[in-house]
Amino acid sequence: MPADFISNLYVFILAGFVGFEVIRRVSPLLHTPLMSLTNALDAIVVVAAIIIAGRHETTLTTVLGAIAVAASFSNMVGGFVITDRMLRMFKSGRSKQS
Amino acid sequence: MSGLALQQYLDFAYIAAVVLFVLSLRFLSSPTTARMGVLCGEIGAALAVLATLYNPEVAQYKWVLIPLIIGAGIGVPLGLVHMTAVPQRTALSHALGALSAALIGIAEYYVGTAPVTRFQMGEIGLEVIIGSLTFTGSLIAAGKLQEILPQRPIVYRGQNIVSLSVLGAALALAVALVVNPANAWLFPIMVIVALIFGVLLVTPIGGADMPTVISLLNSYAGFSAALLGFVLNSKVLVVAGALDGSSGFILSVIMCKAMNRSFTNVMFGAFGQVQTSSAGVKEERVVRSANPEEAASILSAANKVVIVPGYGMAVAQAQHKVRELYDVLTKKGIDVRFAIHPVAGRMPGHMNVLLAEADIPYDRLIEMDEINGDFPQTDVALVIGANDVTNPAARTDQTSPIFGMPILDVDKAHTVMVIKRSMNPGFAGIDNPLYYMNNNLMLFGDAKQFVGSIVRELGAGH
Repeated sequence: MPADFISNLYVFILAGFVGFEVIRRVSPLLHTPLMSLTNALDAIVVVAAIIIAGRHETTLTTVLGAIAVAASFSNMVGGFVITDRMLRMFKSGRSKQS
Repeated sequence: MSGLALQQYLDFAYIAAVVLFVLSLRFLSSPTTARMGVLCGEIGAALAVLATLYNPEVAQYKWVLIPLIIGAGIGVPLGLVHMTAVPQRTALSHALGALSAALIGIAEYYVGTAPVTRFQMGEIGLEVIIGSLTFTGSLIAAGKLQEILPQRPIVYRGQNIVSLSVLGAALALAVALVVNPANAWLFPIMVIVALIFGVLLVTPIGGADMPTVISLLNSYAGFSAALLGFVLNSKVLVVAGALDGSSGFILSVIMCKAMNRSFTNVMFGAFGQVQTSSAGVKEERVVRSANPEEAASILSAANKVVIVPGYGMAVAQAQHKVRELYDVLTKKGIDVRFAIHPVAGRMPGHMNVLLAEADIPYDRLIEMDEINGDFPQTDVALVIGANDVTNPAARTDQTSPIFGMPILDVDKAHTVMVIKRSMNPGFAGIDNPLYYMNNNLMLFGDAKQFVGSIVRELGAGH
């Protein structure tokens, strides 16, 4: 079993716990923005896609990488845009009065 | 030395991105700080992307920059969809995320001079299977939510056996590839079989179960990204994927609890196509109904009103009329709050977003557990397009398919008014005894029009 696997497993398990503790505290009010925000963060796979496409090894991998860059980057941009739009709509009664 | 230093700078950028991602979710704990969270996420993502563009491995910018521009061109309109389209947009977003994870995994199999080891093959195989099935599954979910595909569950005999055999076939192909990674011809077949399984997985699931399915797909998309991090030895992917995956998982658990059902029951239960329990009871029961004028006078005599929104409100796009009703009643000094069931609508938090869009203050939106104790002191509970989440059979009737599901106890209010198109049973085909209770009045009609008429009546009597 490669050493990388073990260190990645450590990171995965710890990140899973951090995720659990942080997301547990998210108000149910914001569960929809939570989902669009985590999708935007998850779209960080774009960094792997950029490397695959940018290495330009074979036509096949370059095309696959390029599609993955477009798909994940659209997810990232769209996710942040819609999350912010949704969150701007949430106003409390007090701030509405002013 | 300088090459090494550059690599270290890139690693620091990724570490900063990961920290910002965790903070981003941390800020989401309250609506007052939530937008700060988006900013953190954006900075983190921008850092990671810019750092990657400096990676010396990126030799050809043409194949990177053009897709980035195309991605931004697709992403902006996807970010600007109407709020009523958020559930299908979210499903589409799961599909795009899973698609990119799957494609990178596939590319990783074909890339490189040295053949993949057995261990890598196992990682890639699992990653590509999860990514592929999540891609097609999410597309089907998006199609159902957009109503391109029928929302009702599509079922046939032996469905579960067929679906599970297809999944088994995909896994068997992966195992065969692990045994001999050089069997390259098996790889595309494995991908296709996994894609087919995604379709089979979501097709039988009905619209009412969408909150759970969307959360589960969210979790799969996250875990496929984390697995990709294992394949590529990229910690930033492992962390982002673990965060997304655990978020989807937590939401799935919340949704399942809110329906008193298990994961397997949602995935393989094909809910509600047969209604056995009360089918025999066909006695004439009395249903009382009221017109907008009567509804308006009952509402204006109340002190405390709780509005219960459901999917029907979203379909009728009635949220803005509901807001007018809220304004008119509030002006009369009536206390108006909204009771939000966790599975109301088509995705977690769906109702909150629609009501916030209509400019209703979020401190008026109350969760089920918090508001349920208040119904006995509530003068009027007004149910708009919600059905099963108000069904008292869930508390009392052991034969009901939804027995045990936590519900909003609207029947305990002094008066209940239900806006509904007709007496047809709801999505799950379950009869709702609430409609025959003495304190219940049916308001037959389209949610938007009916609420509009009530608002006019209330304004006229002013």
